[in-house]
Amino acid sequence: MSDEGHRGDARLPGHETDITPSPEPHARTEDLPAEPAPEPGTGYNFAYLDEGTKRMIRRAILKAIAIPGYQVPFASREMPMPYGWGTGGVQVTAAILGRSDVLKVIDQGSDDTTNAVSIRAFFARTAGVAVTTRTAEATVIQTRHRIPERPLAEGQVLVYQVPIPEPLRFLEPRETETRQLHALAEYGLMHVKLYEDIARHGHIATTYAYPVEVAGRYVMDPSPTPKFDNPKMDDCPALQLFGAGREKRIYAVPPHTRVRSLDFEDHPFRVQHFAEPCALCAARGVYLDEVLLDDAGRRMFVCSDTDHCEERRAAGHRGEGA
Amino acid sequence: MYVAVKGGEAAIANAHRLLAEARRGDPGVPDLAVEQIAGQLSLLVDRVMTEGSLYDPGLAALALKQARGDLIEAVFLVRAYRTTLPRFGAGEPVDTGAMRLARRVSATFKDLPGGQVLGPTFDYTHRLLDFALAAGGEVPAAAQAEPEPGPAPRVTDLLAGDGLIEPSPPEEGAPVGDLTREPVDYPADRAVRLQALARGDEGFVLALGYATQRGYGRTHPFVGEVRVGEVEVEFTPEELGFPVPLGRVALTECQMVNQFKGSAAVPPQFTRGYGLAFGQCERKAMAMALVDRALRAEELGEPVASPAQDQEFVLAHCDALQATGFVEHLKLPHYVDFQAELELVRRMRAEHARQGEGQGQAQGQGQGQGQDHLPSVEAVE
Repeated sequence: MSDEGHRGDARLPGHETDITPSPEPHARTEDLPAEPAPEPGTGYNFAYLDEGTKRMIRRAILKAIAIPGYQVPFASREMPMPYGWGTGGVQVTAAILGRSDVLKVIDQGSDDTTNAVSIRAFFARTAGVAVTTRTAEATVIQTRHRIPERPLAEGQVLVYQVPIPEPLRFLEPRETETRQLHALAEYGLMHVKLYEDIARHGHIATTYAYPVEVAGRYVMDPSPTPKFDNPKMDDCPALQLFGAGREKRIYAVPPHTRVRSLDFEDHPFRVQHFAEPCALCAARGVYLDEVLLDDAGRRMFVCSDTDHCEERRAAGHRGEGA
Repeated sequence: MYVAVKGGEAAIANAHRLLAEARRGDPGVPDLAVEQIAGQLSLLVDRVMTEGSLYDPGLAALALKQARGDLIEAVFLVRAYRTTLPRFGAGEPVDTGAMRLARRVSATFKDLPGGQVLGPTFDYTHRLLDFALAAGGEVPAAAQAEPEPGPAPRVTDLLAGDGLIEPSPPEEGAPVGDLTREPVDYPADRAVRLQALARGDEGFVLALGYATQRGYGRTHPFVGEVRVGEVEVEFTPEELGFPVPLGRVALTECQMVNQFKGSAAVPPQFTRGYGLAFGQCERKAMAMALVDRALRAEELGEPVASPAQDQEFVLAHCDALQATGFVEHLKLPHYVDFQAELELVRRMRAEHARQGEGQGQAQGQGQGQGQDHLPSVEAVE
């Protein structure tokens, strides 16, 4: 399929639905003639975005699911939080959120980092949906930089916040060029980059945002998750959606899709392994944060996924530092 | 003993309360009224309206107050408000030729129909601090004069009458693109480029325009005209079928007259660069006109060799909100990625130290390095 075709289709006329004739030229948000009534007490539509915008985003999401790994341009809105702080993920979440959904928001694996708290509070305020920190209980999980340790289940949606959706961006800065490279599945540049890493350092020196090939076709940026998380994307039963607000792109990995981390036969892809277990819950085979304890070099390693760690401790697991 | 970080919610709420207090400043000093900002910091308000792409001096002044005078933050507030407003159509093109002029200067003709109108300008002021202002001195009334009779047609229209300048692009009736409603598809047409430049950060656009003057995409510009004043905005409601006036907006328009271009079919003629901003934003309108002309390089058969001529470079980076958001997001936690890099650097240093030992270099030094940076994270690649 030609890339030109995608490009044409991707200009979704979602904005047309926004043109609501109004006799009041200086209509303010309070008297916005939204299709459903505004959420009580907020003055905004359910989950902030108006229904026309949500429809436009959903169309982009559907297209993204239909072409796994392909970056669908969408008419990203200016959001009430800064670009680079999750506006893409927030728009995707707002577009798919229903009243019965249970939302979890993590940043660096943790529910309690400031930006995760802020985004969770935004949806609690504008959508009034139930929120949770439990991975198993959530129907929608918005994340920045991690995939939860607990395997995701069918019916769950993982929404990634993406800063730079283009995996080829740092090899070729021009959008016009990278689109052509994707259209032609011309990924030689990326393989040369990985090869040069090996030639220079003895191994591939990409530790996060490690490029993957989706469904045997598009090379995709998994967002800046550590490569430790890459294997979790493969054949995942949950739907994975990626939103890049500033760069105005949405892409997706449908459930049970092949996601392969790029590598070479003689330099197969491997993930990081930590020598120590989590100091709090003794978990091994999980991703750990390093915490500095003093200025004399004392440090400890604890689970990056705070919910996973808490559940293990509740189940009686104790690490050396607990 | 370490406990997992908790309490972000309370910290955020408290930080915002502290912010509100810091914004208010000394409670012994009267609170700044929005009307004072709108009336006395009007050029700042104009800039917020221009980059916020929303014409509402009251809201722009409120945004400035709320933002503690941070210009980009104020633009952010206005944009985040604008995005929630319903769209019910597009106005008719405004006629800047019929502008009620507050100021109009041309650098290409000494005198011209409508005259040169200096208006309220910093030009030719001596930049000496006026300590009387700090003392709250009264301002003498401005001199009054009768307006010049007759119309003040745009300089470019006068030139176009002789065929000396390329004609204004024809009115095609096609809908004008809107980059706030559609993703930019490169190459972007001129209308979308102008929209991006109008919303673009004044400092960034200014620097790019300046660069063209210093040879990075030179366009040999003359200010055909800068005009500032009010124009009528009209809108044609579907149910009426004829335009009705909505009100007036203040605009600054700059028409740059640039080096001629010709071909076998077309005799040499001047080309245009265009700038338009809300309120009085002359620097912005002029810089925008320079960059607009530079971005037409490909269309006019000039080599694209400088940043100001490269539309992907200009359009992708001129928006202050996108830039500040992405730069400032570096404040967000990056523990996870940093941990991944830390692990790699430690491993590479350990390998480096081992190699050093293998080559029979000073053993103590090699061990010392290995000890200092003992990889707590063991790599099993």
